[in-house]
Amino acid sequence: MKPRRLGAWLVIVFGVLYFFVPLLGTFEFSLRLLRGVYSVAAYRIVLADPRFAATVTYSTVLALATIVMGVALVVPTAYWIQLRLPRMRPVVEFITLLPLVIPAIVLVFGYLRIYNSSSALPLTGSARTTDLLLMFSYVTLALPYMYRAVDNGLRAIDVRTLTEAAQSLGAGWSTILLRVILPNVRVAVLSGAFLTFAIVIGEFTMASLLDRPAFGPYLQLIGANRAYEPAALSIISFAITWACMGLIQIFTRGVPGQVAGAH
Amino acid sequence: MNFLEIENLQKRFALTTAVAHVQLEVTRGEFVSLLGPSGCGKTTTLRIIAGFESPSSGAIRLDGVDITHRPPHQRNVGMVFQSYALFPNMTVAENVGFGLKVAKKPAADIKQRVEEMLNLIKLPALGNRYPYQLSGGQQQRVALARALAIRPQVLLLDEPLSALDAKIRVSLRLEIRSIQRELGITTIYVTHDQEEALSLSDRIVVMSEGRVEQIGSPFEIYNFPRTSFVASFVGTLNVLRGRVADPARGAIVIDDQEIVASRGLEHARVGDAYSVAIRPEIVSLSWARLSGSVCASRTTPSRWTRSITRGSYCRSGGRR
Ligand SMILES: Nc1ncnc2c1ncn2[C@@H]1O[C@H](COP(=O)(O)OP(=O)(O)OP(=O)(O)O)[C@@H](O)[C@H]1O
Ligand SMILES: [Mg+2]
Repeated sequence: MKPRRLGAWLVIVFGVLYFFVPLLGTFEFSLRLLRGVYSVAAYRIVLADPRFAATVTYSTVLALATIVMGVALVVPTAYWIQLRLPRMRPVVEFITLLPLVIPAIVLVFGYLRIYNSSSALPLTGSARTTDLLLMFSYVTLALPYMYRAVDNGLRAIDVRTLTEAAQSLGAGWSTILLRVILPNVRVAVLSGAFLTFAIVIGEFTMASLLDRPAFGPYLQLIGANRAYEPAALSIISFAITWACMGLIQIFTRGVPGQVAGAH
Repeated sequence: MNFLEIENLQKRFALTTAVAHVQLEVTRGEFVSLLGPSGCGKTTTLRIIAGFESPSSGAIRLDGVDITHRPPHQRNVGMVFQSYALFPNMTVAENVGFGLKVAKKPAADIKQRVEEMLNLIKLPALGNRYPYQLSGGQQQRVALARALAIRPQVLLLDEPLSALDAKIRVSLRLEIRSIQRELGITTIYVTHDQEEALSLSDRIVVMSEGRVEQIGSPFEIYNFPRTSFVASFVGTLNVLRGRVADPARGAIVIDDQEIVASRGLEHARVGDAYSVAIRPEIVSLSWARLSGSVCASRTTPSRWTRSITRGSYCRSGGRR
């Protein structure tokens, strides 16, 4: 074997170990609830807990709402930037990166100051409006991933010429966006959507500080009070995330002439 | 009456004037080419007609209606792009039917019109294919069908054949022309390929640096160029410098040889410096001195140093 090949293999082996050893450890630990035998008892307990189903459902609904809102916000914006304001792109990219730089805790305290129950827009006044606020804050959190995915997808097609072709055939803006642009960046939008899902499903800080019954705070609660169940929960959330990634692969494959945005 | 009128069109960008004082009247069913070198404003002119750019000044009238400020999707103008621009997510049939669907035509009508169009471009069996499953030439034919399906008042083509290889270029351009004749659709065709323009057009508009240099039939443009730019851009010329010997007869002396122009030289005086441009295909080499006809060779043989074959004639370089 050539030395360079060997080096590459070493890197791969190191990467795999780095990633899988803690995961395997967690998995092994999650099976040891009953003394002396491996069992799925911890999983049974977790899945039987009504709060598990409730929080997973809540977070899933919230994730779907976040995806819809995020797509509705990002696709037209990225499209317009590419079509008409290419010089604005660095500015917009910088803005979409901000949520990665500003800690979630800072964001959520900002929200609480602006939208508290004695403010002009008291979103935290009721549970429903707090859900709304949480959804918008998730849109912000997922923005870097969603924007990048959609922007890459748009770069892979000739946005300007396709737009003009549709215009000359009599299509207005909404028709162009829904029938021409969106279907052609479907894969990119999907991968952005799955990343959003993965972020929202496990998010803790915002849900906790806004006091909403999401999966993240439930995970933390169990983690603080039990021994084996949190390990089982970690594995379950990994499985959910991986299922998302697998779905990206399935949707990406076999779609002609399309390039996924983020991988 | 003129069907499409382009009146004193101007388009300035930050640094350049892309189109300057373009004036053009096109009659119904006419095939007009915009011909000129890269950057002369052909595409910009076409895009203004399509409504993708708004002119700095001037007006566009279509069938007597001023459409200068109408948005592109309300103009009923068909456009064919160099890059085909088929919608990758739609089948051939969906592409061709797109404009009709947008116009909310009944499904049965759309189906029938799509079939009609696919027959017109001689691809009746490919309705269910996706664009990526077609060759470049097939894609461009589908793009043509898509543009024609909405029964546009004017068809605009921007270098539709530039991305194709030479053989298909020639066959497809003949096909475009025969479809255009069949439908009698008013057509503006942008190209930088003079052969394309000369062989297809009813009239050619030669442009340079945003201005119209000459408008005329291919015959006029080729044989009676009005400016030196047109003369040098269209076809190949041998330019010889000489002096006027007899203005009335059109006689010019070049290196002791007399050349007689087909027409007399107005406003010329004996001894004026004149350039004579001669198309290569009318030159024949001869040892004899022929009185009264053009003879471009000297009596002493020159030494040929290079020779490039270009289809119908031979380009040769001599050194004396
Ligand atoms: N959007 C734009 N902004 C600034 N300048 C432009 C723009 N579009 C075109 N131009 C300029 O206008 C001039 C004419 O461009 P145009 O595209 O019409 O040329 P063309 O004749 O189609 O050339 P080609 O044969 O290369 O396609 C060029 O100098 C070009 O740089
Ligand atoms: Mg051009």
